[in-house]
Amino acid sequence: MSEYNFTDTAAFHGVWVFCEQRDGVIQSISYQLLSEGRKLANDIGVELCGVVLGSGVEENYLKALGGYGADRVYYLDSPLLKDYTTDGYAKVLCDLVKDKKPEIVLIGATNIGRDLGPRCAARLHTGLTADATHLDIDTGKYVEFLKESSSLDLSKQKFDYEDRNLKMTRPAFGGHLMATIICPRFRPQMSTVRPGVMQTQEYDEAAAAKVVVENVPVELTADDIGVEILEIKKSAAKMVDLIGADVIVSVGRGISSDPEKGIALAEELAGVLGGVVGASRAVVDAGMISSDHQVGQTGKTVHPRIYVALGISGAIQHVAGMQDSETIIAVNKNETAPIFGVANYGIVGDLFKVVPQLIAEIKAVQAAK
Amino acid sequence: MKAIVCVKQVPDTSGKVAVKPDGTLDRASMATITNPDDLSALEAALELKEQTGCEVVVVSMGPFTAEGMLRECIARGADRAVLISGREFGGSDTFATSQIIAAGINKIGVGPEDVVFCGRQAIDGDTAQVGPQIAEKLHLPQVTYVAGIKKEGDSLICKRMLEDGYMTLKVKTPCLLTCIKELNTPRYMSVSGIFECYSKPLEIFDYPALKDDPLIETDTIGLKGSPTNVFKSFTPPQKGAGTMVESASALVGILNDKHLI
Amino acid sequence: MDFTLSKEQELVQKMYREFAENEVKPLAQEVDEEERFPEETVKKMAKLGMMGIYFPKEYGGAGADVLSYVMAVEELSKVCGTTGVIVSAHTSLCAAPIFENGTPAQKEKYLPKLCSGEWLGAFGLTEPGAGTDAQGQQTVAVLDEATDEWVLNGSKIFITNAGYANVFIIIAVTGTVLDRRGRKQKEISAFIVERTDPGFSVGKHEKKMGIRGSSTCELIFEDCRIPKDRMLGAKGKGFALAMKTLDGGRIGIASQALGIAEGALDETVAYVKERKQFGRSISAFQNTQFELAEMKARVDAAKYLVYKAALKKQEAMDGAKIRYSVEAAEAKLIASRTASDVTRRCLQLFGGYGYTRDYPIERMMRDAKITEIYEGTSEVQMMVISGDLLK
Repeated sequence: MSEYNFTDTAAFHGVWVFCEQRDGVIQSISYQLLSEGRKLANDIGVELCGVVLGSGVEENYLKALGGYGADRVYYLDSPLLKDYTTDGYAKVLCDLVKDKKPEIVLIGATNIGRDLGPRCAARLHTGLTADATHLDIDTGKYVEFLKESSSLDLSKQKFDYEDRNLKMTRPAFGGHLMATIICPRFRPQMSTVRPGVMQTQEYDEAAAAKVVVENVPVELTADDIGVEILEIKKSAAKMVDLIGADVIVSVGRGISSDPEKGIALAEELAGVLGGVVGASRAVVDAGMISSDHQVGQTGKTVHPRIYVALGISGAIQHVAGMQDSETIIAVNKNETAPIFGVANYGIVGDLFKVVPQLIAEIKAVQAAK
Repeated sequence: MKAIVCVKQVPDTSGKVAVKPDGTLDRASMATITNPDDLSALEAALELKEQTGCEVVVVSMGPFTAEGMLRECIARGADRAVLISGREFGGSDTFATSQIIAAGINKIGVGPEDVVFCGRQAIDGDTAQVGPQIAEKLHLPQVTYVAGIKKEGDSLICKRMLEDGYMTLKVKTPCLLTCIKELNTPRYMSVSGIFECYSKPLEIFDYPALKDDPLIETDTIGLKGSPTNVFKSFTPPQKGAGTMVESASALVGILNDKHLI
Repeated sequence: MDFTLSKEQELVQKMYREFAENEVKPLAQEVDEEERFPEETVKKMAKLGMMGIYFPKEYGGAGADVLSYVMAVEELSKVCGTTGVIVSAHTSLCAAPIFENGTPAQKEKYLPKLCSGEWLGAFGLTEPGAGTDAQGQQTVAVLDEATDEWVLNGSKIFITNAGYANVFIIIAVTGTVLDRRGRKQKEISAFIVERTDPGFSVGKHEKKMGIRGSSTCELIFEDCRIPKDRMLGAKGKGFALAMKTLDGGRIGIASQALGIAEGALDETVAYVKERKQFGRSISAFQNTQFELAEMKARVDAAKYLVYKAALKKQEAMDGAKIRYSVEAAEAKLIASRTASDVTRRCLQLFGGYGYTRDYPIERMMRDAKITEIYEGTSEVQMMVISGDLLK
């Protein structure tokens, strides 16, 4: 293994995406990150590599990473890597980074990525940005992003258009603030990235055929791993798939006078619209619904075609997770509720009265078709 | 045997959040609370104390005003507290913060049966990085997103939540766990705990107290030792208000016209 | 007088507020509508040391002070008058007289169980024919020399916590004495009766206008036999013991009244900001503003009287040879009137909604009224105050 010096920034090249697999299946976040990584790699003219750790992952899964933008795939196979362990994965990934020296490493901000990322960054002595929602290298593109997404007065700001640092933007303080983080002195520049934020590119057959899959030998023994996996269980109650949903009907504190009825109404409305039920943090914290339904800064970031907010006041931490929905509809008793500030259509009224009417009207329209 | 609990005082982001004109947070005008996930970590430690009689030590890095929060942790049942505080530590990112807290924990001492408890993440930064980074610096195995703990001999059996289910892991002590709110319901302070909390020990670890730890170098702590820097911070733009609709039928009419349903 | 809270008192207040908001408030309406004693809340309070706040640790108390107790009743009553009075009656009317008058053996036996909340306490003075006029007592206790037992016969009514209490302080007639002018008077003594004592039973449960979750029942003694050593305090000193106990009790009820008034004001301030009439929130109207201002001033005035009484009782606890009857009477007189007045005026600001059960204000108004009646009516408080003035 070559000498590793994390401050010799010029020695690091290429963009890496840690491609998470569970049960041998590459997770969709990996495709999102490769698609985003492709753009970054193009901006600075370097290779994009997918890194897969696993055991017996099928060749066609590895090849498919090329279809989402990877030029090269490093595949590290060991029975000890079949299921995720912090120690096993951190050792293998850190060794590979030290050997190959990528300048950027992107990891999905899943419960696995957020366990692995910080452990590796601490070991590699470099910075890690958590839960990024926007990435730029090219300063021109970053300035464009600021124009659209910030309230900054850019005429007063100076930018270095030669700058090649990765600019990693993330929400902080419950979405009240956005912060762009850089890691100028150390390499690799690492970030975990929120699932559901980056768009997956069209699958490219030709690119998939061209991708180079490199099997890297693994130096790992059972003694390197400090935990023992006793059981892995998929949850019996299917977790609601908010990120992939076309329509989301979310409930907020407005249902608290009768949570069961409120949720039932939301389910019925979601049913007629072909969607799923989401919730605000207040409702989840109060235990009215399980946390996989939570939309917002500490929950999921969603951009469905239609987002219906029922009895949600529109606290900024909730808005942070749903403001990019195509069409937002809000129903709230309080006409000054901030949710109306982001909604395309608003109705001031009691959700317990409005929602049954909505359901009836939609059913009537659908029946007429 | 000890349970060491890392806690953080955070601005209450669920209430009013004040942002200064320069885009940074106006912390002075906001109420502070103990980070919610950290209360779950403290509760887990107190439950371990009830089972094993172990000592519970709470540790926090922050300004001197964080003493109040540590006293509240004692009033909930912790035995003593350590506050890591010093000008030299200011401006630390998660990397530098974990160097410093790890040095503080080294000074407290991690014995073979000890467990370090952290919350999953703090509500001000939402990074979830400091726990695993402390574990790395202390060379301890970690289990994150812990939703269940059972002690079995010299091991802990932990339920670790995943997006699509959970994992059951066995980890030997000493180890570090990061706890989520599903793990337990944090207890309240008790009246007698409150009336005793100011007479229990609270130690301050300042820079001179920690400087001999190899983790503490001028280029590993504080602003200078932080690999990451904030390049820009800003508030999102206000979205323009949409159309207010009088009735459910009017809305459904619009949605139908726009082929949304 | 310094009302600055100590660091500890600030923390207990914060804890009570969180507890009241999260554990008590969500049950308040149900407890009222179903007239249900909130047993689960009592268990939770017991765990936190709230059933023995100001008693020393050696008796299982939390080792706090009287003001910390007063603030507990106040914060609980802000959201639920029922829960406030459960703590008040238990602490002031049962644990306190045992602590202040009990023999070492009695304290040893009862205080740890009461302070830990394992046992709930109550106090029985009022009878069908003896309310304000305590000399009208009909319950009698006769010593059976053969078995060394007191035998109680009679009944008590309107006893708070009765249905769930394990220990009762009972006032009964033990004979006749001559007063200074040579007139015959009833000799009155106090006893500790346990729920399981033979011949003791709990009778009819009262249906009340307010504090409907509190268990108010009749106590019946039919040849109820208790060991001789259950007499609390000296023979013949029961009336003085009862009066002194009520001095403390009145501070508890004054705290309850104060809490109800503050709770109503909090609800109203939130409501008037939300409620719109004539195109603006009703808080913009001067009538609303003046009403709120006057209520706030009155609530604060009551608060200072209540806290002052608490500090005075604390001095007595700390060993000063003083009484606090007048302070307690003033606090209860003013706080209970304030509670009735403020809840009524708050309801008026709520308008029609306030009269419905969708809002807690009508419950608060019903709960407030009892504070002018029990543990000495307002008229009794005035007798105490004027009696001191004119002595």
